[in-house]
Amino acid sequence: MGIRFILMVNKQGQTRLAQYYEYLTLEERRALEGEIVRKCLARNEQQCSFVEHRNYKIVYRRYASLFFLVGVDNEENELAILEFIHLLVETMDRHFGNVCELDIMFHLEKAHFMLEEMVMNGCIVETSKTNILAPIQLMDKAS
Amino acid sequence: MTSSSSSTTTSNNTTPGGPSLMETLFQRTVDDLIKGIRLHNPGSAQSSFISKSLDEIRREIKSTDLATKSIAVNKLTYLHSLHNIDISFAAFHAVELTSSPIFNFKKIGYLAASLSFSPSTDVILLLTNQLRKDLTSANVHDVSLALECISAICTVDIARDLTPDVFNLMTSSKNIVKKKAIACLLKVFSQFPDAVRVCFKRLVENLEKNDDQMLAATVGVFCELCSKEPRAYLPLAPEFYRILVECRNNWVLIKVLKIFEKLAKLEPRLAKKVVEPICDVMKRSEAKSLVFECVRTIVSSFYEYEFAVKLAVGKIREFLLESDLNLRYLGLQGLLIVGQHHLWAVLENKEIVIKSLSDVDRNIKVEALRLVMSMVSEDNVVEICRVLIGYALKSDPEFCNEILRSMLLTCSRNVYEIVNDFDWYVSLLGEMARIPHCQNGEEIEYQLIDIGMRVKDVRPELVRVGRDLLIDPALLGNPFIHRILSAAAWVSGEYVRFSRNPSEIMEALFQPRTNLLPPSIRVVYIHSAFKVLSFCLGTFLLPNKDANSSFSNLVDMEPGFTYSESEQEFTETEHGANSSSLHKKDMFTRESIANLLTLVITSLTPLADSHDVEIQERVRNLLGLALLAQQEISSHHEQKEKRIDWVGLKTYILIRLVNGALSEEFGPISSSAQERVPVPDGLVLEENLSKLDSICADVQLPISEKFSLVRPTYLPTDGDSLSSRQNEDESETSPAESTSLLAEHRKRHGLFYLPSDNNKNASTSFLPANDPDHIDKDVEDLVKLTEESLVLKRKPNQARPRPVVVKLDEGDRHPTIAVKKIESNDDLISGAVRDVLLGNEPLSQSNQLGKPSGRKKGKAHAKVDQGSELKDNTENSETGNSGKRRSKHRSHGKEKKHSDSGNNVEGREENGKEKSGGRHGRHKAKQSGGGIDVVDQKQVIPDFLL
Repeated sequence: MGIRFILMVNKQGQTRLAQYYEYLTLEERRALEGEIVRKCLARNEQQCSFVEHRNYKIVYRRYASLFFLVGVDNEENELAILEFIHLLVETMDRHFGNVCELDIMFHLEKAHFMLEEMVMNGCIVETSKTNILAPIQLMDKAS
Repeated sequence: MTSSSSSTTTSNNTTPGGPSLMETLFQRTVDDLIKGIRLHNPGSAQSSFISKSLDEIRREIKSTDLATKSIAVNKLTYLHSLHNIDISFAAFHAVELTSSPIFNFKKIGYLAASLSFSPSTDVILLLTNQLRKDLTSANVHDVSLALECISAICTVDIARDLTPDVFNLMTSSKNIVKKKAIACLLKVFSQFPDAVRVCFKRLVENLEKNDDQMLAATVGVFCELCSKEPRAYLPLAPEFYRILVECRNNWVLIKVLKIFEKLAKLEPRLAKKVVEPICDVMKRSEAKSLVFECVRTIVSSFYEYEFAVKLAVGKIREFLLESDLNLRYLGLQGLLIVGQHHLWAVLENKEIVIKSLSDVDRNIKVEALRLVMSMVSEDNVVEICRVLIGYALKSDPEFCNEILRSMLLTCSRNVYEIVNDFDWYVSLLGEMARIPHCQNGEEIEYQLIDIGMRVKDVRPELVRVGRDLLIDPALLGNPFIHRILSAAAWVSGEYVRFSRNPSEIMEALFQPRTNLLPPSIRVVYIHSAFKVLSFCLGTFLLPNKDANSSFSNLVDMEPGFTYSESEQEFTETEHGANSSSLHKKDMFTRESIANLLTLVITSLTPLADSHDVEIQERVRNLLGLALLAQQEISSHHEQKEKRIDWVGLKTYILIRLVNGALSEEFGPISSSAQERVPVPDGLVLEENLSKLDSICADVQLPISEKFSLVRPTYLPTDGDSLSSRQNEDESETSPAESTSLLAEHRKRHGLFYLPSDNNKNASTSFLPANDPDHIDKDVEDLVKLTEESLVLKRKPNQARPRPVVVKLDEGDRHPTIAVKKIESNDDLISGAVRDVLLGNEPLSQSNQLGKPSGRKKGKAHAKVDQGSELKDNTENSETGNSGKRRSKHRSHGKEKKHSDSGNNVEGREENGKEKSGGRHGRHKAKQSGGGIDVVDQKQVIPDFLL
């Protein structure tokens, strides 16, 4: 499995979105998130975007007050994951218009739907913003 | 999202069980819940608010009104995924929502299921029917919801029951459905390997189409499958090759490269064929991610192709010279992989590597350190260690220890393989102990003692290093060094005969600051003092020949040799006297011995009543000896004769016996030594004790490390546990006016938002991170220093030959644990894949598929751990039936097998179509048995390779 989990965490270390592609118990999730947040948030802008943690590689990038953290296999291409994060942010940007932490907080399910369109089983399946957003726009129209 | 704007708290006057109309009307929305959580400070206020909300939700969720229910479930999903609340109680309600005809409710239900169901959630069983219904729905969005849900929470049952539906969707005319059906297969296969037989052919067909969307999904599936068991996918090499050459989608290319990285290792002819196209991609591509993937593929699987490696190293160098930190980090990683086969590439870039040792980013430093360690050989180990010690002194504590740890590990690898000069190494260990941040006490302790036991020639130097450490009172204040001091004390006691001045060691062992040591280490100190005293008394009392016999004997003795205390041996080696001990004999006068005894007695008397029994016991032993000796020696003091006959004294006899006992040498002990002790007759091990399991199941036995001198493998600890934790409290305010807050937020963090007109193509661009311009002055110096020292030069004449290092044949420090291969679903998948791809090649499957399929199912089922007994029974009977059914077809299979010899690509295609034939052939193969995979695999793609 390429991508194992995707986390969005704010500067204070609070999780704003958590999507796992393998089953972890609540305890394991809590521990993992705590460790990763401690590790990544302590790093500054002058440090690189890759952190090794347990048997994962964490690729992360900060946008505004939000950290996007993607846990991947050791085999995964780090730069591609950075591009993926950027694509995710661009997609959210297109939908929310200048996306920020609060957008994701109050529209968590939409963020999840976007991720579902982009990633299945930890594999990136869709990289076109239009395709990703089409179902969500349909849904918005419906309601 | 439905939103009622009220956030009034609900009244609590309803009967428990069902929500009242009031509650339904005034239900909090998700937004209300989120705002409420944000209003309360993290901690007890927030958790009490959450538990209050949970109580409300528990009532709301029972509502018959689906809108109310959906809001309740949605709130739970939020609490589950962000606040880690257990919402398993709502599983049934989520399933209920999925059956709603209203899309939004359905979606909320599926999202809750995908995010919160575990493999053991029992209501998953209820979901199967709904999933099937949605998979066959006319609405593409319903279908994709169901597919997404399957890919998230698929169980064995779901996979088995829904395989046909997913299979049908793979030919859907709607791209969105088709793509998701493909992506979802990975999960289905992993749960139910037999699905491969049904779906694999259609999956392969998608490789042949030029639709990027499908290709991305399909290649993603193959990449994952390949990473587990690549051999089965070798026959598909021509398809992957075509994609590599023709496809222009970077995401797809990266995945294909990963597949080739695996396949090329298995088939050298394939490597030869694809190395050129990979180089072409590397030269052509603008996208750094793709270029890096090419580099990684080449250096890890195509390292035999010189031109490709040269090209890749060139790219790595470009990465290393980039200002972007991420690229530099990856460059170093790439270099690390090349270095395994082409050390020249590392040496070529050594300045950059050394410079990176003092980067601000710890990750980069660590990579650089790994690279430096990869350059270490026996010729340059001394120089590199010197440079690294310099770095360690300047680094922050964490990285300093990282450096020390790698040095210790590298130098001790394979029983100190690269160390020629042990005197140097031992003094290096002493030097490490003095580095203020040193926290590797345990490892240094181990190595000091280990080297002492293994390498005889180094003992004098070891004693000198030990003395320097012991004698320094400052070191006693640092708890991290206590372990090293313990080793120093042990070494000084055990090898005291090499000491120039034993009284000095005695003084060091009893210096006042030793009371800072923990009891476990004080004990070692006291016992070492005992050895030193015995030695001093022995040298003083025993006639020359006798005193020396005990240790000259020792020096000749091989480790493991059991020392015999017989008088004969003492006399046999009596002429082994040497000058140093003569010198020592002169060193001890009666006064110096008397002083020594006084020192021992005065220092130890206060400890005789220590609370620690170990200390107390050893102190008493030593005091007993010292007091006796003092009494006897001082009484003789009155006699004025020059030559005294000591032989009659009790002390004399005692010391003689004690020194005899102490002279027995320690050697390294194999960790498997215990196993080699023969089991005595009549002792039946492993019998009946299993019954104890039921009794002792709860009792956790303490893990003892004290049975062997060889302790368990030392693993580096995660240094980050010490890193400071960010403890900022949530400083956000309530989002009463969310719009103004948003605006403010954007203003504050404007820097981080994406520029409004971003036309860059995501897959070809790469955003550089901030680059730091910093290079210390002194770094330059170190680079210069290392430039001289890193040159691989073989010293013409080594000053002296490498001393003998005692090694054990087996069971040395890192016992190799035989890895038991566990039969997993992956094997079953690849087995099935082979079956489909090479349907009519009976020999090739004999190994993989020699298991009855009933076992497969049972195995997969057990993994999920949900089988009630009843279900297992039905399962077994099912598989039993299928087994019978299959066996009926055996005779057909035989004919097929003979008629078919499809070895080439076209043949493979055909095989796929004649799936059922292949299946029967397989069963035939089971009987014939005995074939080797490798041979058969090579026959599969010769047309493509030649």
